[in-house]
Amino acid sequence: MNLAEGVQLVSFIVLSVTMIVAALGVVLSANIVYSAFLLGGVFISISGLYLLLNASFVAAAQLLIYVGAINVLILFAIMLVNKGEAFKPLKYLWLRQLVTAFVCAGLFVLLSTMVVTTPWDLSLAVPIGDEAIYVIAQHFFTDYLLPFELASVLLLMALIGAIVLARREFFADAPPAPETKEDLLLPERPRELVGSTKE
Amino acid sequence: MVDRAGFAENSLQDSLHNQPMYLQYFLLLSAALFCIGVYGLVTSRNAVRVLMSIELMLNAVNLNLMAFSNYLDGVTIKGQVFTVFVITVAAAEAAVGLAILLAIYRNRDTVDMEQFNLLKW
Repeated sequence: MNLAEGVQLVSFIVLSVTMIVAALGVVLSANIVYSAFLLGGVFISISGLYLLLNASFVAAAQLLIYVGAINVLILFAIMLVNKGEAFKPLKYLWLRQLVTAFVCAGLFVLLSTMVVTTPWDLSLAVPIGDEAIYVIAQHFFTDYLLPFELASVLLLMALIGAIVLARREFFADAPPAPETKEDLLLPERPRELVGSTKE
Repeated sequence: MVDRAGFAENSLQDSLHNQPMYLQYFLLLSAALFCIGVYGLVTSRNAVRVLMSIELMLNAVNLNLMAFSNYLDGVTIKGQVFTVFVITVAAAEAAVGLAILLAIYRNRDTVDMEQFNLLKW
């Protein structure tokens, strides 16, 4: 990426403001569906920041995997478990949120102090820009070959494990009786009627 | 392909790239994102939102790795390789986590984190 300094700075400011606002929306929004869509905004902003950091391959991977796979997976999970229930009010919930906010702000101040005061040993070499994908491929097939192969095993294990965990526990052998057929009862979740949506 | 032979362009890129504050900007940004993720992880009551907060924290770590890879190790970009591995593990974690969430929802009929207390003394 050969962009002028002003363009870089303006892009950085716009992307970071978008990312922080969307991340706060993910955490603080009352509607979980809005949170999921704002999470997609966070992922897209981070992909833009990767482009600013001379890493176009990782930016494309971020877009494909996070926005295309994980965000859609989260949306499907929300659709499967969304009952619209109102959570019971808790005692001392405000106190918990206040203490957590103080702890997180303290953590941020600590990290910021560390970042600002540490003398970073900045590299003087020109970073490789668009040739990064060749270097990444060389890393993958020489010195990071074992983690690369282990990642495929991990993905296979996650695939099988997710299917085993999320499948139905039992199947209805016989078709349901005709009087329950009008109610459209689901065989695995007998407590919830399909047609009963709250207005 | 970018022609990087010209000395003027090289020195321009050097002066652009070795702005000492840019690394700090990226690190501060990822610290803020990580703290937002921690806050959401602790205070959320919807289990799906807890998983989203974990994704936010993983992305903050990725941003940190990419910033270090660009500013401290711009030639042998090992931070980008680590980021690709972290993205892979995050995808596996999201799939298994959401499957566990579906199993819990089938058993307890809720996604409220306060009612997942079978192991609580």
